[in-house]
Formats: sequence, structure tokens, C-alpha cells
Amino acid sequence: MRGLVFRREWITGWLLLLPALVFLFAFTHIPAVTTILNSFFSTPRGRRQAKFIGLDNYERMIGDPVFWKVLWNNLWFALGTIPVSVALAIVMALWVNEKLLGRSFVRMAYFTPTVLPLIAVANIWLFFYTPGFGLFDQITGFLFGWPATNYLGDPDTALNAIIVVTVWKEAGFFMIFYLAALQSIPVNLKEAAQIEGAGRWTIFRRITFPLLMPTTLFVCVNAVINSFRLVDHIFILTDGGPDNASALLLFYIYEVAFRFWETAYGATLTVALLILLSLLAISQFFFFDRKVHYK
Amino acid sequence: MTGDLPPRTGKPIQLESVTRRWGETTAVDGLSIHIPEGSFTALLGPSGCGKSTTLRMIAGLENVSEGRVLIGGEDVTGRPSSKRDLSMVFQSYALFPHLSVAENIIFGLKVRRVGRADRDARLARVAGLLGLSTLLERKPGQLSGGQQQRVALGRAIIGEKPICLMDEPLSNLDAKLRHEMRVEIRALQQQLGFTMVYVTHDQVEAITMADQVVLLNEGRLEQAAAPRELYEKPASPFAARFVGTPPMNLFPARAFGRLANAAEHQLGIRPEAMHLQDGGPVTASVRALEYLGADILADCVVGGTAFQVRLPTTKPVVPGQSIDLGFESGALHVFDGQTGRRRDDLVSEYGAQLRS
Repeated sequence: MRGLVFRREWITGWLLLLPALVFLFAFTHIPAVTTILNSFFSTPRGRRQAKFIGLDNYERMIGDPVFWKVLWNNLWFALGTIPVSVALAIVMALWVNEKLLGRSFVRMAYFTPTVLPLIAVANIWLFFYTPGFGLFDQITGFLFGWPATNYLGDPDTALNAIIVVTVWKEAGFFMIFYLAALQSIPVNLKEAAQIEGAGRWTIFRRITFPLLMPTTLFVCVNAVINSFRLVDHIFILTDGGPDNASALLLFYIYEVAFRFWETAYGATLTVALLILLSLLAISQFFFFDRKVHYK
Repeated sequence: MTGDLPPRTGKPIQLESVTRRWGETTAVDGLSIHIPEGSFTALLGPSGCGKSTTLRMIAGLENVSEGRVLIGGEDVTGRPSSKRDLSMVFQSYALFPHLSVAENIIFGLKVRRVGRADRDARLARVAGLLGLSTLLERKPGQLSGGQQQRVALGRAIIGEKPICLMDEPLSNLDAKLRHEMRVEIRALQQQLGFTMVYVTHDQVEAITMADQVVLLNEGRLEQAAAPRELYEKPASPFAARFVGTPPMNLFPARAFGRLANAAEHQLGIRPEAMHLQDGGPVTASVRALEYLGADILADCVVGGTAFQVRLPTTKPVVPGQSIDLGFESGALHVFDGQTGRRRDDLVSEYGAQLRS
């Protein structure tokens, strides 16, 4: 009897878990495992079956100059976007946390880029960057008399132009987290520091910023993942060019797998991306762990 | 309490018709008080009377709408907190949760770039004084309420500022600890000699600790006096009822048959000032009794007015009984029916009429 009841509870438990499990396996776990398996096989073509080729795909990846190029681009992209967008987010959050006229309007304005679809955003920025009559050329031409510049068509500036769009898109999103964290810091702490003679900068450096550390960790992990994940705007703005100057790792994976249909090599690159991301996430937690004070 | 911090002198604080308004509401209304140097002054009043706002205006954390704040004779009304040379203990302690006890206490010294040797010496002294020496490496979250309170005190006294402000510092402690800290804070203030402004809603705290009690009601000054004077000569019915437990009994003068023709003044007699006296001037009927151990608190009625009286346990009384009560001539208070102010000129006249 007891066994039967136990059994029935057990079945109910599994039934409750089932819907979530099905979707998790169908869209996350099985594809992940398949990807890893595929990276050890050749790409099936027509009637030719995929056959096991061991580490050949990985050897190819190491010898692939485009892979190293996009990896380098991605590193530069991460270094360009993460610190700037996090710093901007803190500054904006501090500002809209003050008592100022039209505060909720300013907050909304900062958050708007997050709500807009990246594809739409990219199209707006495409206009800003247009050589000759785009917004930037109009301004620099009017103010400094600079000639028309093709920011997106020049290998030296294409990636930077994309970094600017990403920072603009991300800073407002991170600001919301900082704003929430700032509002959970008791005003008393700031007042106590003021009475002890601390100025605004000291209060920020010694009190506010350390208390924001858990948020900073969260935001940084997200920013790192985003720097490998956000590629939508590249399709609109540069399509990876010129000469892969603005291609990122995920963009390259998409190109290899779904434009050139080299699915096995695409799987190999994906495994590399996954390993890279997990290493980054783990090391971030270790790096921050000592510096974060949780309440 | 051992240790030897050098004694220092405080600075006087002067409020000159200070007013604080938020839109339509007036939190503090034309408040003028003088807080002598080195004194312990308690700002007392019910919640919402403006005492915390007053303290925050002295601290510079709140803007003054009208009037002036003077510290040590200097007008500091427009000065930020950091330039007022004072320290403050908050109700919630406001300890920095990510810093250790030591770092919390020396926060102000570090901000002011006091040298390392001097800093360490002062920290050791203050920690010894407050019994925190073994807790210096802990975070505030690992301390009990009483220990956190001591850290907040340490942060306030290490700067050796001439003025210390405290905003209901004991309200988060249990009754036993509160009593201990009361004694300790008072001793600390007397030992170090700074000017203390102490906000509390607890009249016992104010009476036991302060040299001067400033009683506030609805943003206005009700009375500023030494505890003894406040208890013995309350300036208004509000002061009379706010200080002392149970509160002073107030009667309309006409509640007594012998004063049937008197003006509409209020008479006040404290429950502990009345005693059983055969043929005494007040004849009341007993409604209910509360046995308190040391004495009995009796709810009585005279002329339609309910009041309380403290009676000894030696002479038993029962509900429904009629008793005669007397009081010393100095125990009677008369408050003007129009202005609510104290009328000492009428005390002897009314006292004589009651006894006649």
C-alpha cells in the first residue's frame, strides 16, 4: 500500500516536470549534444553520409585565418562594449536616481533602446552612418567641415561603428538593474557618510559602488554573454564586411552553417564558442567572488 | 566603562524661529531653542511632532525653510553636514554593511586623511571604551543589535566632534539592553563633554538622561525645561499629560462642587500626588482597580470626569466604593481655559476653595 502511494506520487512528480523537460531537451540539451557529436563528423552532402573524421574539423578551425580574425574581432568587440556600457549604465542610473525634473521621462528615454528590436535600431543607425547625407556626416561636415566618411565601409572603422550601436542599445538595459540596486541602498548610509565629511565621489567610491557589486557581477556576466550573442545588427549594417572586418564569432558560425551549409564545421565553431563562454562565466564568478558583498 | 579619551568641550546650538515646510504641511513651526554647550538635551514628543526633522535640520540633512541655525555662534544654516563639525547616530545605525567594524568606525578619519598611527591609536581607545576590541574584524551583519549600536556610537565619538546628534538610537533594542545603553550613553556624554542632542518619543528616556528636555507638539515648542521642572511645573495640559506615567489627571474646574462658579480653567493633579484622606477635598467613586504590586492604580470618577489615582496596597478599596482623597497644596496645577498656559496665580485660590 505504501509502495503504491509512493509510486503514484512519483508518477505525478514526473508528469508535472514533463512539459518543461520536453522543451528543455528538444531545444537545448539534445541540440547541444548533437552539436558536439556533429563536430566529429564530416558534413553530409546529397547521398554521401556523414562519416566520423575525429578531430579533423578542429584542425581545420585552428588553421582557419577567418576564425582567428572573427575571434580577435569578438575580443575587441567585448572590450569595446562591456566597460563602456557598464560605466554608462552606472552614470545614467546615478543621474536618474537623483531628484530631477521629468525624472520618469528621462528614465523612459534611457530604457527605450532596450525595447526597440535590434533590427529596427540597426536600420535607424544605418541612416545615421550613411556617407554624405547621414546624421554624423551632416554634423561633422557642418561643425568641422570634414569630408564624407564611410564609417561602415572602411575596415578600420566598421567594427567600432558597430560597437557604438551596441553600447547605445545595451547601456539603458543595464541601467535598469543599477537603478533598482541603487534604490535598495538605504538613504541613511549616504547621510551617515555625509556627516562624516565624505564628498560625492568618496561616497560613490567607498559606499555606493561596493554595494552595487552584486549587480555589477550580474551585469558583467550578461554583458559578456551578450557580446557573443548580439549579432542581429551586423546583418543590416555591414553583413560582416568589409573583408570580415566586422564579423563576430556567432555571425561567422551562422555564415558557415546556413549560408555555406558546412554544418559540421559550423558545429565545431559552436563548440568552441560554448567552451569560451563557459570559461568566461566561471572565471568571472571566481574573480568577483572575493570582491562582492552580498547582504 | 574604562578608557581615557581626552575630555573636550562642546559647542552651543541655537535655533532661531526655525521653520520647515513641505508644500502645505508645516513640520516645524517657528521653533526657537537654545542648547547650552556640553549639555544633554532631549527632543521629546509624540511621533510626527517634528523632532526628527529638527534634528536633521541641525545636522544639515534637511533644508531650513525659514529661520537660522547657529552652532558655536556661527550661522550654519546654508552649510552642508560635512562642514558643521558634528557627528550623528541614526535610528537604524546606518552602518556600512560591506565594511568591517574597524573600517566603519574609522570611516570619517580616513575621509579626513588622519594619519595611520593616530587612527589606529584612536580606534584602539574607542574600541576599548565600548568593548568592541574583539569584534573589529566582523561585518555589521554578524553583530547583535546592541553591538551594532556600539559600533554606531564608536563611529560618532571617534571624530571627537563637539556635537553629537542621536535619532532614537535605542528604539531597536529590547528593554533590558535599552536601560544599560541609557546609562552608558549618559556616562559617555559626561565623560567626553560634548553637546548632545537626543531625539526620543520615550518620556522616561528623556527624563532620566537629559539636562534639558525640549517638548514638541505638532511642530511647535511646548516647553523647554529641566526634567524636574517639566514634571513639577508643566507649562501646558499637553506637557502635563505627556510626561509621567500614568499621565496627569485633568479636570474641568466645575467638576468639583466647591468650584461651581469658577471660570473654565483646567485643574491637574498627578495620580501619585493624591492620597486617601477622610474628609478630604475630593470625593470620588471607584470604578476599577489595577494591582501593580508596589501599589494599586484606581480608576475613579468625580463630577463626570474619569481620573486615576495611585493608592497604597495597605488600605484595601473595592470597586463601587466612595473614597475621600486629599493632596498637598503644591500638587495642584491650573491651566488657563483660553490659552492653555499654566496659571500659577490661581493655584492657592483654587486650593483654598477646594479645601473649604
